[in-house]
Amino acid sequence: MKNRFPILFFFLFLVTIGLFFADLAWGSIHISISEILLVFFGKGADGINSEILLNFRLPKAITAILAGASLSVAGLMMQTLFRNSLADPYILGVSSGASLGVAVVMMAASVLPVSFVSSGWALILAAILGASVVLLLVVGVSFKVQNAVSLLIVGLMFGTIAGSLVSVIQNFSNPDAVKLFIIWTFGSLSSVTWSYMHVLLPVVLVGIGMAFFLQKRLDGLLLGENYARGLGVSVVRTRILIVIATGLLAGGITAFTGPIAFVGVAIPHIARGLFRTSSHKILLPASVLCGAALLLVCDIISQMPTYTLPINTISALFGAPIIIWIILKRK
Amino acid sequence: MSILTTQNLSIGYSKKGKTSIIQSDLNLRLRAGELVCLIGPNGSGKSTLLRTLASLQKPLSGKTLIDEKEISKLKHREKALLISLVLTERVEIDNTTVYNLVALGRHPHSNWWGNVTDEEDDIINEAIKMVHLEHKAHQNINELSDGERQRAMIAKALAQDTPIIMLDEPTAHLDLPNRVEIMLLLHRLAHKTQKAILLSTHELDLALQAADRIWLISNNHGVECGVPEDLVFNGFFNRAFESKAYFFNAANGNFSMNYPMTKSVWVSGDKTRMYWTLRALARAGFMVVEDAKVHILVTEIGWEIGDKLIPSVEELLLELEQSL
Repeated sequence: MKNRFPILFFFLFLVTIGLFFADLAWGSIHISISEILLVFFGKGADGINSEILLNFRLPKAITAILAGASLSVAGLMMQTLFRNSLADPYILGVSSGASLGVAVVMMAASVLPVSFVSSGWALILAAILGASVVLLLVVGVSFKVQNAVSLLIVGLMFGTIAGSLVSVIQNFSNPDAVKLFIIWTFGSLSSVTWSYMHVLLPVVLVGIGMAFFLQKRLDGLLLGENYARGLGVSVVRTRILIVIATGLLAGGITAFTGPIAFVGVAIPHIARGLFRTSSHKILLPASVLCGAALLLVCDIISQMPTYTLPINTISALFGAPIIIWIILKRK
Repeated sequence: MSILTTQNLSIGYSKKGKTSIIQSDLNLRLRAGELVCLIGPNGSGKSTLLRTLASLQKPLSGKTLIDEKEISKLKHREKALLISLVLTERVEIDNTTVYNLVALGRHPHSNWWGNVTDEEDDIINEAIKMVHLEHKAHQNINELSDGERQRAMIAKALAQDTPIIMLDEPTAHLDLPNRVEIMLLLHRLAHKTQKAILLSTHELDLALQAADRIWLISNNHGVECGVPEDLVFNGFFNRAFESKAYFFNAANGNFSMNYPMTKSVWVSGDKTRMYWTLRALARAGFMVVEDAKVHILVTEIGWEIGDKLIPSVEELLLELEQSL
């Protein structure tokens, strides 16, 4: 039984590595694997290809891995927190909260010091704050609303409110900032430059680290609040930590890539289906790998046509059917 | 030896500055190696008392001591090492086997990573064996019957290895064979493992048979504690479940209904058929009076009224209907 896990992990790891290189190689300009390896080992062959690889495709592929891993882990934690298999950062309005934070920074940026805004820290802090506030509100409501579908509708409403506030801000902003924001909402993995990576990577690592730190308590929470208390889990503290970790992951990623739909809800289910377990010790790393692999696939598809497709569109094509499948399965 | 004691405990709810006291000044003692059943009518505070003792809920005043330590001052993990719980909430987890569920009971004992060592594995398997679920250990909990599921939750509590186990209505939603089995199992576990097991239940007759001690909680008279038979003799059951519609029958430990009896008959004869005959007559509204106008002689093959032999209860009741 248990020997299955290492084999599956090894297989998933290989797939992810394979997709990572495929993502580097394919695109509007094809770069061969041998060329990629040459560039990596510092023997950069041709100047343009090495430029494309190092400053465009490599950060993009790394961002795909980080985004996939973060959103999946955030989704997994939220599904356990709300004991609701349909919970995910996008559906429950957390991404919209992050958007609101981003909108405030992007379009009201004239007030803030330039160095703060351009380093990416302002963007990410605002997004994390926005994400956490919405998440706290949803947690608050979840005490009153037990019904799974009702909670989703409440999350949707919070998302709508955040969206409306964004529209209000847009109305009062200058057209250039609005255009910048609209492009951001399409979602793109390529906007993360190396300087942004310095900001994003630590935030994501802290978030995922927290998730792993909480894995045992997350297992306890699966039994429900009272049983978890009975097992010695301090439920309130754990909830707060989950909110912070989810805010860091969902907010951090959304700040730079824009909202990416359905990865958070779909991947934990794929991980559960593959590993047939509910233990977070297994599901967390499984979600990291599956999420990274899925977003790499999405990115490969999105860069295939001459004009790059928005990543959000591709991920929705994968994720939305999975949600329909979950709802049908529950009947 | 008492493990858990309460001192002037008052239980109830306080919401928005409004307090509603359900029970007050409770001084209770829970002893090791005993199965204690908490029974009482709806609304008397069974669940509230259990939740307060388990410190899932704050007492309004007073305190609960376990081994001389006040429970409200303990850390979450320290509490989890003293009390394990089986609650009424239904546990729905996808992709979890009985083994994994029971393993969750080891949480308070394991390190933060929660690895299952060989020693832990033994404890988990032993707990599963105690509730007779070995053959289903690696089955998904969603595939279990309600009785098996409840036994799995009890195994989880056993794996937690605490001196006290509290169960909130563990026999609710179960059919009769499963109810009896769970009660017997808990009775045996209390004696075998020397744990104190406290459970709330609506099953009066089962509780009277299985419990070493009963905490009888009533709306107006607080909590009476004692060996079941003593509480019967003292008339506490009748007092706790006061009603015009039924009475606690001390002769058989059941509730009997108070039927409106307007007609009278005189019955005598065979003893084994007598009990059921009397039941049927009472339901039909007949009071049994010596020397009444109609006399029924109960024999081994049927009933006789005058010279007429009647083969079934149905026809007997019909006959009485016509003759009176």
